[in-house]
Amino acid sequence: MCLGVPARVVEVAGASATVEVGGARREVSIMLLDGVSAGDWVILHAGFAIERLSAEEAERTLALFREISDATEIH
Amino acid sequence: MQLKYIDEFRDPGLARGLVEKTRAAWAGRPPMRIMEVCGTHTVSIARAGIRSLLSGVVTLISGPGCPVCVTPDGYIDAAVGLGMRPDTIIATFGDMLRVPGRRSSLEKERGNGIDARVLYSPLDAVEIAAKNKDKEVVFLGVGFETTAPSIAGAILAAADRKIPNFSVLSSVRTIPLAMEALASDPEVRIEGFLCPAHVSAIIGSDAYIPVAGKFGLPCVVAGFEPLDILCGIYMLLLQKKRGAASVENEYARVATAAGNRKALGVISRVFEPGDIAWRGIGVLPGTGLRIREDFSAFDAQVKFGIAVPSEAEKTACRCGDVLKGKITPPQCPLFGKACTPEEPYGPCMVSSEGSCAAYFKYGAA
Repeated sequence: MCLGVPARVVEVAGASATVEVGGARREVSIMLLDGVSAGDWVILHAGFAIERLSAEEAERTLALFREISDATEIH
Repeated sequence: MQLKYIDEFRDPGLARGLVEKTRAAWAGRPPMRIMEVCGTHTVSIARAGIRSLLSGVVTLISGPGCPVCVTPDGYIDAAVGLGMRPDTIIATFGDMLRVPGRRSSLEKERGNGIDARVLYSPLDAVEIAAKNKDKEVVFLGVGFETTAPSIAGAILAAADRKIPNFSVLSSVRTIPLAMEALASDPEVRIEGFLCPAHVSAIIGSDAYIPVAGKFGLPCVVAGFEPLDILCGIYMLLLQKKRGAASVENEYARVATAAGNRKALGVISRVFEPGDIAWRGIGVLPGTGLRIREDFSAFDAQVKFGIAVPSEAEKTACRCGDVLKGKITPPQCPLFGKACTPEEPYGPCMVSSEGSCAAYFKYGAA
């Protein structure tokens, strides 16, 4: 029940925003976040954007996966 | 269809590498007992077959993190009772419909005239109330910290728009103190916690520092995708190996150390901590969120003068032991016999996130 979906913000209008998830658009509340703007990635849950998603942190985590997978040394 | 920030975290090649490195790092040691607290992790682990990929390395114990599963049947009875009132609409997330109370379920009573509607967002319930001024709309507020700000947000919206016919029957719970209760139970024997992804997005990874410190247990916040879970488990094993008991965060792309301050502010504006009963576990002090007096006009318990009974039910269903990680679902005498997803007896089989439903659907892998 705590599932959340990554969504890209298309347009902000006051306390709500239009976001895109897998090609579909929907209206969500952004009252739980400050300073949301078009192009941001957020996590959607029950009609609310509950937190931002950081592209840099996502890349860093994927790099960590690659590093662990490729490592020959065992920690 | 491509789903950014999901597909990359399901890469099979990287998964193989992570599994291989995890097995190598833990070779020759007894399996570490890790509790995945959250029901969304339970489903993801079962679906990806992570138990069998890491058999002999970790024993994954499913925790109490399925909100539908831990909601006592007295709550369902109260919801059914409210639904039987004239001109009342019950608005709820889908999984709650089929959960049996002591007398009946909302789904069964739908045939007897209860108007129960499944919604995606609590805001939709406010909208229904705005459009049906001659009816009372009661939203079944079930969930953890992930959902708490959305439910609080709906109450604030109803207050703001002056919609008097909307109320919430709150059964909202918080996770960290429940983890402490489990960690202190000698029968559960946990050696580390895989901490929830989106609960942590709200409360922040620092919220687990007390449980890690008090009980000397490694804690890792992990995302819900298979690679997130594999990496989270790897991080827990490394902590255990070096004798550490700290809080680490694999899900840094969303969860921060401090959490979402604004969402926490919305929660505490509307709710205050209180004691609440968890099905099969009992009353856990301070783990409930009850609606503050300022918003009592939107509190269904106050508005309709009802109390949700909290005494434990007595049945052959061993849901409580499953939720505490004392037994696995197939060890319950009802599992797969008197209790199946088609004819569920206990809530862990009803909810798509329940441990029993996950075991039934995907096997013990």
